Amino acid sequence: MTDPSDTSLGDTPPEGTHDQDYNFAYLDEQTKRMIRRALLKGLAIPGYQVPFASREMPMPYGWGTGGVQVTSACLVPDDCIKVIDQGADDTTNAVSIRKFFERTAGVRTTEKTGEASLIQTRHRIPETPLEEGQILVYQVPIPEPLRFLEPRETETRKMHALEEYGLMHVKLYEDISSHGHISTAYAYPVSVEERYVMDPSPIPKFDNPKMHQCPAVQLFGAGREQRIYALPPYTDVVSLDFEDHPFTRLRNDGVCGLCGADDTYLDEVIMDDEGTRMFVCSDTDYCATRIEEAAE
Amino acid sequence: MAENSLAGGFAAPAVNSAVAFRGIMMAMAEPGRIMPVSGGIPPRPMDSAAGVLALTLCDPTTPVGLMPSMDQPAIREWLTFHTGAPIIAPGEAEFVFGRFDEMADFTVFRQGTSEYPDRSATLVAAVASLENSGAVLRGPGIKESRALNLPDVTPFQANAALYPLGVDVVMVAGGDLVAIPRSTRVEVE
Repeated sequence: MTDPSDTSLGDTPPEGTHDQDYNFAYLDEQTKRMIRRALLKGLAIPGYQVPFASREMPMPYGWGTGGVQVTSACLVPDDCIKVIDQGADDTTNAVSIRKFFERTAGVRTTEKTGEASLIQTRHRIPETPLEEGQILVYQVPIPEPLRFLEPRETETRKMHALEEYGLMHVKLYEDISSHGHISTAYAYPVSVEERYVMDPSPIPKFDNPKMHQCPAVQLFGAGREQRIYALPPYTDVVSLDFEDHPFTRLRNDGVCGLCGADDTYLDEVIMDDEGTRMFVCSDTDYCATRIEEAAE
Repeated sequence: MAENSLAGGFAAPAVNSAVAFRGIMMAMAEPGRIMPVSGGIPPRPMDSAAGVLALTLCDPTTPVGLMPSMDQPAIREWLTFHTGAPIIAPGEAEFVFGRFDEMADFTVFRQGTSEYPDRSATLVAAVASLENSGAVLRGPGIKESRALNLPDVTPFQANAALYPLGVDVVMVAGGDLVAIPRSTRVEVE
């Protein structure tokens, strides 16, 4: 029994062990088996959204309940995990999920992209290229790329079955006709192995090319929407575009005010009431590593 | 019930199944890559890799089919005790265990539907040996190509032609397994 006056709940158990009040990695075995079966079908049919019986998690929808369930089903005790939220390791969402797995799975954690065997991400792909053997788990709010064009699940399912993606091209064309260019800047739709159109989750389209032929396994979990999908390593992932309006990456035109990088995805930070602004790398680990290297 | 049907399960179910699943998942993510798995010992003639896969993925919600070579009381009792999976006709089952030569016609198993291609069978097929030579595999999960000693390429080619429908095959030999999902394109050497 836990002493109710014990306020140390949430403390990290000794390294290499997990809180014995929980099953390893929080979820019960039946749930993990169900998620694992969905993951295998997802990997066998890249880009196809596999329905799964998403569970209530001890965090609100929108905080990564899908990603957490996928991570939980994949974790092994030797894993070293990294969690990022918009590229940052030190935001509330990232810190609480990292702590969740430290406590319930006893795994090691890191902020270094290169050291992590599993990275759970909300809306970014790390700047450091991923390697073979790594797993990238995305938190997905709306897994259906066609949802804002067709609200009925029965219809979007038919559209995927029939490979009927004309509506998506019409949407991108309408962007061009009203703005002169494709203005979709995040959750930019991709075509997987020339079959399924997939929502890459709300990553900036700057990150889209990193998904193509990525050496790491990419897994996507949408908790509220109860869908899992996946990309095996070395899968063709092509951003939709037109011959006369090819896909382009988008980044703020500037350099990072901290590390000086001119090729990373930048966040714009307001510095004071006078409108002073500065750009900083969205990927905190990449930025910190560059600053360290420059100092040496 | 034979006494030995109670043995051979995971000693530490949460950790054993997590480690086994990581092996199975990496096999499915990288078709043709031979992965060792361990932790479970099913009755013969079932390979230990097939037993570990059953312990990791099968439960009362997944109907299991047994081909004649595996349809033996010892295996039925072992699967029932350790997984609780109902054993039904292979044509309707979610997981089918057998020898490859018994399953060479993949079309008799569940293929999924065009709206739900995930509702298809996973075949766990025993072969004599696994080595990275012979037929050439290409597709998602494979950088350029990978070789594998497939017993027969024809059913895999027919299966890939049905994409996104079709079955996913896990071949087992002893404690090793290798996955050939429907997305893998197979060519003769």
